[in-house]
Amino acid sequence: METVKTALRIVTYVSSNEIKTPKIKGLMKNKELETQNEIQETGFLNGSLGRRSFLQYAGASAAGIALVAAGCKKDRGYNDINMGATLDFKDDFGVLNYAYALEQLEAAFYVKVASAPPSTFTTAQKAYFQDIQFHEIAHREFFKNALGTSAIGSLEVDFSSIDFTSSTSVLATAQAFEDLGVAAYNGAGVRITTTDYLVLAGKIVSVEARHAAYIRDLIANGSFSDLNSLTALGANNAGGLDAALTPDKVLAIAGKYIKTKINVINL
Amino acid sequence: MNILNILDEIEKVDGEIYERLSPRRKAMKDFFNVGKKISMAALPLALGSMFQKAYGQTNPASVTEVLNFALALEYLEYNYYDNALKLAIIPSGAPRTAITTIRDHERAHVDLLKGALKITGPDAYVYTDFDFTATGTFADVHTNYQTFLKVALAFEDTGVRAYKGQAPILKGNAVLTTALQIHSVEARHASHIRQMVAANVTGASGLKPWIAYTANGNDTGVTAANGVYAGEQNTTQAGVQITGINGTAVTQSHAAESFDEFLTGSDVKKIANLFIPIKKLT
Repeated sequence: METVKTALRIVTYVSSNEIKTPKIKGLMKNKELETQNEIQETGFLNGSLGRRSFLQYAGASAAGIALVAAGCKKDRGYNDINMGATLDFKDDFGVLNYAYALEQLEAAFYVKVASAPPSTFTTAQKAYFQDIQFHEIAHREFFKNALGTSAIGSLEVDFSSIDFTSSTSVLATAQAFEDLGVAAYNGAGVRITTTDYLVLAGKIVSVEARHAAYIRDLIANGSFSDLNSLTALGANNAGGLDAALTPDKVLAIAGKYIKTKINVINL
Repeated sequence: MNILNILDEIEKVDGEIYERLSPRRKAMKDFFNVGKKISMAALPLALGSMFQKAYGQTNPASVTEVLNFALALEYLEYNYYDNALKLAIIPSGAPRTAITTIRDHERAHVDLLKGALKITGPDAYVYTDFDFTATGTFADVHTNYQTFLKVALAFEDTGVRAYKGQAPILKGNAVLTTALQIHSVEARHASHIRQMVAANVTGASGLKPWIAYTANGNDTGVTAANGVYAGEQNTTQAGVQITGINGTAVTQSHAAESFDEFLTGSDVKKIANLFIPIKKLT
């Protein structure tokens, strides 16, 4: 109940545009940490229709807070490793930032592979890994733009467990990322409340599944949809059902490759 | 609207939030979360969508319709592969194993959807309900492996687009997760069939596991399948141009490949009905 009273006081402040209280400053500081993004002003100005329609759900005062946060963030263009990135699953922004985080991870991996592929990669493999790299970059940048000022910052990755000169290591990691990506989108879809973003997640997840199948076939031809090997990710072969995991489980697995601390709230 | 009551309700929903906070940062996070709750509580629109999420779990009529629609497509796919496996056209070894894997998944989808719809008894569609030549368009589909693969490709890519198009109707419903799990299996199938087409179909060696950009969206070279790929050339998502996005080297083809498009239910039915002479989908 004390929380509620505090909340009510702040409601008053927000509605009267009174933002000089220490409490609100605390809020802004934290928000600021969550929205580091080197081009967020650009993203906001170029706000897409999707972004605008999303704001109808998030509401004008949330946009106001985001604007204020954008205004105060200029002295901090980097991720604070100690504080990390916060994924707040209370609304679609959290889900989109979650997807943005995973796409950042995938893109970083493929950029590294595409820039110096294992020597045993064939010409066709090199070309397709270039394609995959750009698909993941496209996904990453799309989320960055769609989120605008609400986007988390750039994540710092940890690929120390991967041998980028080894085809075996690269393919195994690629498979793990793609299967995990499929599980992540499948598991998070039900949390999305904005139809446009649900469809967009659907447009992306099937491309991730195409990647997963291609990479699996490179490792072992015919394993493109070996659902028995995906039960740990929530697949069910008897039902012909692919992987699906909740965000906490996905992040626990992906965490091995991410240095930036990721805080999850309201899941 | 009584804001106190609303906040009470939110606190019930978010009851565990404080346990999740690390003690070190509790003070700051308290302010933060309180602030976030306000932005929701202050807005009837946001509240409406939250309560819809909490209480609007089913819309039985439309969900049932989606499941029946999906089941019809699964009948089509299952019978196509099941029949082909009875013929001699699929080479033994890896090709036969792959088609068997896919056939078994389609059967599993049929059984799963029948279960979800509480349908007992025989399948509503059996092999004789279909004409996989599509009234002669694919006349040698039962004897020519290449034609078999082309039609399989059209079915899988259609399946991916069909499930995607139904997602909005299932939004927020637990059924959505199941549908998504089927959807990505179809995408895995499509990816593999594309590889089989590239390896076996004359003139298709460049076909990618993903749908590449062409002016009309159809990258397969099978003009009879144009309807399956209509719109796949799209490079704009939610108003964002993906080609060259944020100064990156993302090409037009990458942009089209990186997002699969959906098909509406009526477009999918038009495609499916080409293979259904009498018991057409309506």
